[in-house]
Amino acid sequence: MAAPIVLHDSGVTLGGQMVLRGLTVSVGPGEVLGIAGPNGSGKTTLLRLLATLVRPDRGVGHVLGAALGTSEVYGVRPQIGLIGHVPAMIGELSLRENLEHAIRLAGADPARIEPALRVVGLDEAAHRKVETSSQGMLRRTEVARLLITQPRLLLLDEAYSGLDYFAQELIDTLIDRATRDGGAAVMVSHDPRHIAERAGKVLNLYAGRLEPVT
Amino acid sequence: MSFWDQALEIARVDLRIERRVGDVLRIVLPFAVVALLVFPLALGVDLSAVSRLGPAVFWAIGILFGMQIALRHTADDRPERRDLYSLLGVDPSARFVGRCLSGSALMVVFLLVLLLATVVLYSPDLPEGWLLPVLAGLLLTAIGLTELGTLAGEVTAGLRNRTTLASLIVAPLALPLVIGASQTLESLARHTGILRWLILLVATDLALAVAGVALARPLEEASR
Repeated sequence: MAAPIVLHDSGVTLGGQMVLRGLTVSVGPGEVLGIAGPNGSGKTTLLRLLATLVRPDRGVGHVLGAALGTSEVYGVRPQIGLIGHVPAMIGELSLRENLEHAIRLAGADPARIEPALRVVGLDEAAHRKVETSSQGMLRRTEVARLLITQPRLLLLDEAYSGLDYFAQELIDTLIDRATRDGGAAVMVSHDPRHIAERAGKVLNLYAGRLEPVT
Repeated sequence: MSFWDQALEIARVDLRIERRVGDVLRIVLPFAVVALLVFPLALGVDLSAVSRLGPAVFWAIGILFGMQIALRHTADDRPERRDLYSLLGVDPSARFVGRCLSGSALMVVFLLVLLLATVVLYSPDLPEGWLLPVLAGLLLTAIGLTELGTLAGEVTAGLRNRTTLASLIVAPLALPLVIGASQTLESLARHTGILRWLILLVATDLALAVAGVALARPLEEASR
């Protein structure tokens, strides 16, 4: 089975500034990679690169078999689950409506929405508007979406941040599901302690370069 | 999920948001009606001139505020939402069509209410058989303006001064729509035939639709 992520000497320039450089890393089937780094080190850009939402301008890279920067990525995007540090939700809708909207667009079975809301503990509070919901509730809604769409590659940006113990276990469930059938997960955090327990391998990202943890 | 299912889902959610926020019907529309009301007062013209001015004022205010609606409609497109749509496998062309569907529906309602207000406030001298041609012109103008606003929103997505840039793109490109819409009624009054103006509107709408659908993917990728 091919490695879900392969980067070789990849770099990304945004706004004339080289944000990522010389990235060489491979994440095999079933692996969880942790990336730690200070604010501004390029963690979010790295996740967006792996989510195929940013093009590399040097080096080569493959995500789920698709070459980065080519039209091949359009076909693998639905197999990628991203939880960014800003929730991707529509403020004027309720949590349930946001979930329904995403599930319909993904072409998944809407009958799975209620069970997923129960699993993440939102069945009573799903009617609340995004604007009036806590960060933890938004995260749980995103987890419910990923439980339904079941991505093969999971990308998590500060995933445990602001979550209680139960919600942190939900993130672990997501990771388990993604890695069980040959998928992979990448977690980034400014705090290596947040990811050390779950990640099989942890790298430091500093000034756009990946370095082994010393 | 098929192309049209995705487009309809996006349009459905857009309209639900509008029903709750009421940007078009509760904010822009009352201002447009007030503009319609103060226009003759500002000019200080007599009542007979007011009724002659009615159709021209309707299209001037309709298109001016219509452009604002078209641009507001795309201004709330946050990058996170665009990224989510990409990762859900939404075809960017379907997103363009969905946004045009919801925007056109709002624009038609807006222009219809404005037309009603014009008839009540101005009692314009309308030629016989005016209703159907005006409704056809109104529908085609609404579609064209929305397509133009959506396309301008896509072109300027991710840019710092997107609102200003989008307005600069929309204003000159709206010219065929302005001419087609205003000349429909004018030609009807002069009995010179309205077909060429309706064809101009249809051709503009089609050109914008083709451009929007064809450019949706490259513009989305370029906006990141």
